[in-house]
Amino acid sequence: MSAANSTRVNDFTIKIATVNGTGSASANTLLMKSIFRSGIPVMGKNYFPSNIQGLPTWYEIRITRDGHVARSGQVDIMVAMNAETYARDAKEVAPGGYLLYDSTWPRPALLKREDITVIGVPLARLCNENFNGVRTRILMKNICYAGVLAALLDLDVARIRELLAETYAKKPQLVDSNMKAIQLGYDYARASFSCPLPLRVEPMSGTAGHIMIDGNTAAALGCVFAGATVAAWYPITPSTSLMDAFKMFGDRMRVDRDSGRRNFAFIQAEDELAAIGMVIGAMWNGARAFTATSGPGVSLMNEFLGLAYYAEVPAVIFDIQRVGPSTGMPTRTQQGDLMECAYASHGDTRHVCLYPANPEECFYMAVQAFDLAERLQTPVLVLSDLDIGMNDWMCRDLKWDDSYRPDRGKVLGKEEILKLEKFYRFIDKDGDGITARTLPGVHPKAAYFARGSGHTQYGAYTEDAADYQLVLDRLLKKWATAKKLVPRAVIDATAGAPVGLVSLGSCDGAVREAIEVLKSRGVGVDYMRVRSFPFSDDVERFLAAHELLFVVEQNRDAQFRALLTLETAVDKSRLRSLLHYNGLPISSSFIVEGVLAELRPRQRLQPQGALRG
Amino acid sequence: MTFIAKPKVAHPSLPKNALGFTRRDYEGALSTLCAGCGHDSITAAIVEASWGLALEPQNVVKLSGIGCSSKTTAYFVSGGHGFNSVHGRMPSIAMGANAANRSLHYIGVSGDGDTLSIGLGQFCHAIRRNLNMLYIIENNGVYGLTKGQFSASADVGSRAKKGETNFQPPIDPVLLAMTLGASFVARSFSGDKQQLVPLIQAGLKHQGFALIDVLSPCVTFNDHEGSTKSYAYTREHYEPAVHADFVPLEREITADYKEGETLPLIMHDGSRIVLRKLDAAYDPTNRTLAAVQIQERMKAGEYLTGLLFVDLEPAKGAFHVVNQTPDAPLNSIPFEVLSPGSQGLEKALARYR
Repeated sequence: MSAANSTRVNDFTIKIATVNGTGSASANTLLMKSIFRSGIPVMGKNYFPSNIQGLPTWYEIRITRDGHVARSGQVDIMVAMNAETYARDAKEVAPGGYLLYDSTWPRPALLKREDITVIGVPLARLCNENFNGVRTRILMKNICYAGVLAALLDLDVARIRELLAETYAKKPQLVDSNMKAIQLGYDYARASFSCPLPLRVEPMSGTAGHIMIDGNTAAALGCVFAGATVAAWYPITPSTSLMDAFKMFGDRMRVDRDSGRRNFAFIQAEDELAAIGMVIGAMWNGARAFTATSGPGVSLMNEFLGLAYYAEVPAVIFDIQRVGPSTGMPTRTQQGDLMECAYASHGDTRHVCLYPANPEECFYMAVQAFDLAERLQTPVLVLSDLDIGMNDWMCRDLKWDDSYRPDRGKVLGKEEILKLEKFYRFIDKDGDGITARTLPGVHPKAAYFARGSGHTQYGAYTEDAADYQLVLDRLLKKWATAKKLVPRAVIDATAGAPVGLVSLGSCDGAVREAIEVLKSRGVGVDYMRVRSFPFSDDVERFLAAHELLFVVEQNRDAQFRALLTLETAVDKSRLRSLLHYNGLPISSSFIVEGVLAELRPRQRLQPQGALRG
Repeated sequence: MTFIAKPKVAHPSLPKNALGFTRRDYEGALSTLCAGCGHDSITAAIVEASWGLALEPQNVVKLSGIGCSSKTTAYFVSGGHGFNSVHGRMPSIAMGANAANRSLHYIGVSGDGDTLSIGLGQFCHAIRRNLNMLYIIENNGVYGLTKGQFSASADVGSRAKKGETNFQPPIDPVLLAMTLGASFVARSFSGDKQQLVPLIQAGLKHQGFALIDVLSPCVTFNDHEGSTKSYAYTREHYEPAVHADFVPLEREITADYKEGETLPLIMHDGSRIVLRKLDAAYDPTNRTLAAVQIQERMKAGEYLTGLLFVDLEPAKGAFHVVNQTPDAPLNSIPFEVLSPGSQGLEKALARYR
């Protein structure tokens, strides 16, 4: 059966199955970027193993003229380069779709499907005939399929050359060899099949004012622009690339031209305990400092987070969430650390958390995190995840406001200290629960003792019941102040429906697409994307204003829903969870199906229009 | 027990240092440790050393973890900020603080439990980074606050107050530090102020990680017959090998040292430490041989004390040298220099288009 009768332009998904460590990442990036450069909105998701070489890896490219940012949940073209996963890859193609494989070796007949179009290209043979060396042949085989796809999809080869020239600006001979492989695939496909396929791309102008960037890179940029000078971390997937990016930008933008000195300290710690300790030490001492980690790292940081909360020391932590529990699946995504981060450490502790939805927000929230941490004198955790952090997202151009100046919070300088008769660290003069602090090295009058042990408002050690409680209660007042300062929820109540979707972080793209789909099926829903913890007042209002609320999140135990029930007055019975937690990014179809499964029986039971939509 | 401030009354006849401060100006809160605790003597030695060096009190940063020893940072230099962090994690706080502002004096005070058990990892890595700080271990072989358990520095055969015998080999912080590449390694005894004060001064001036392991008997839980960390045992078995005299910049070396037995070390600010060998066969600049000698004497039941090893080029491999940080503290660099601005962002984003 052929799908040749239905032409689909700029709206389909390609999935590429390869073996990791064979250069396929370069080929996939090349493909995606050349589509992006043609002005076509595109999404790329990398499903890679926790391994260096030899295990299966997949890359999904969704070409989406409407600019969706989530997975579609369907594969239209499969490039099956990995014999080991060939059987399951062939099965995954949607009826009417295409399967491209390396026909150098015979394809097992038993995997033949009648409802898809199978395209065989002898990629290995072509490369073996044209390139020398085992490694080169393997690498070029992968570049070669990009050439085949260029012909099948009608991609502009000149754009591919342009991208290669940028990538290999310093190694021009690589441009030629890569182009040779592209051309081999391109020419073979043009000669052997009717090109282009009905699934094809056409240049458009849907990407103007946009960039393609991953969240870790964007967050690192945010740290550079926020003026962070101390970066300490222990390597852990999927957060490492944030630190790598910070160092890369630092080496470019933070090196003094005359002296060659670096205006930042970059410290690879011995473990996450030390990493957060360094951040706390540096911020206590007046530098902007941060660390990046993932769930296992946050587990280790709990003790120190409690100290920073109680000793009131700012800290910025990026948690690039991955699949738990325990080691879990390090290269898969989840929102499994919501609870852990909100209440990290023993005793009464609560932490400010920010939930960026995409790389763009990672950039801005990185800056906000430092301002909030210093204003509130407390740790701020930015909860990104592997999907946001490591995948390339198309997002709006990042902008920088040159009038921005960091909010260093209530830090007394020498002049202010001199005016004081005496300095006491924890006396709440302004009534907002935030007390003035001082930095070491400024003036002996302002010295104080930071400690995790019980202390009075004067900063002295105490075991006195009333003195202890006074400080603890003041921290609650500070928490109330935090509520007013954190980013508000993004609310779309245009449907004016009694049904609301509530979500956070990387679910956003899938939820927004799902809302469109639901609308097209006559179901209108409102939407609230929560962006921070503690929950701002608008969260409470949205929850109160809706009869039925779907809480969409990516973990098994409905952690976000639990936080909502703990920290707001919402009636539990009005909450329905839509939980996606298999490690792949959530898709819009998952949400659509979940909402409809709940609403359809209700609509049948209730008079028409009771739940509008 | 709450904080008790010491009355700051200074008699006009009290001697003043170059800054016009008396010793009282380098004191802190009243100690709440047991009477006779070795730690209080160390506190006194730090006060004496800081006064002698005429440190600006606000430039002293006092860091500690958890335990009896870690409480002592509240008992000296009240004009300097202190950070009593969590158990065994003081080195990471010190690292971060030092990264933010390299111009201050960082004094870490820890114990044998805080350093050699829960904090062993951070201790080792602070040494590896050659973090510029003075790290004092108040070593008494026992957990005091939890009432008398053996610590990792307890010697084999040592008996606890309740009669139990320790069979696990001790971790010796001096030998460990030497194998990890520490650039300044000393051992002393809380009861020997003559030796300890100049060691602290030398450690404060040292441009890198300076370790002083101070045997500091616990009068309550480890000062009995059968303990190898008691006052009596320590006095009997400690053996000064190298005496360090600290000579400030403005003072001439006047003591008469015998040729070949002294070694003046010039510090970064021009001041000097003059090492006086009390044991002619001992070479405190030879890491390998020194370590062998320390171990041999230990086998014979003797603790060699003094400045046991010093690197003549300490700055090599020091954190800020390796990191290529500017001389000015990172926390003092203006935001305008740190943030590349909208044009910088435009440039940075070119590759993502």
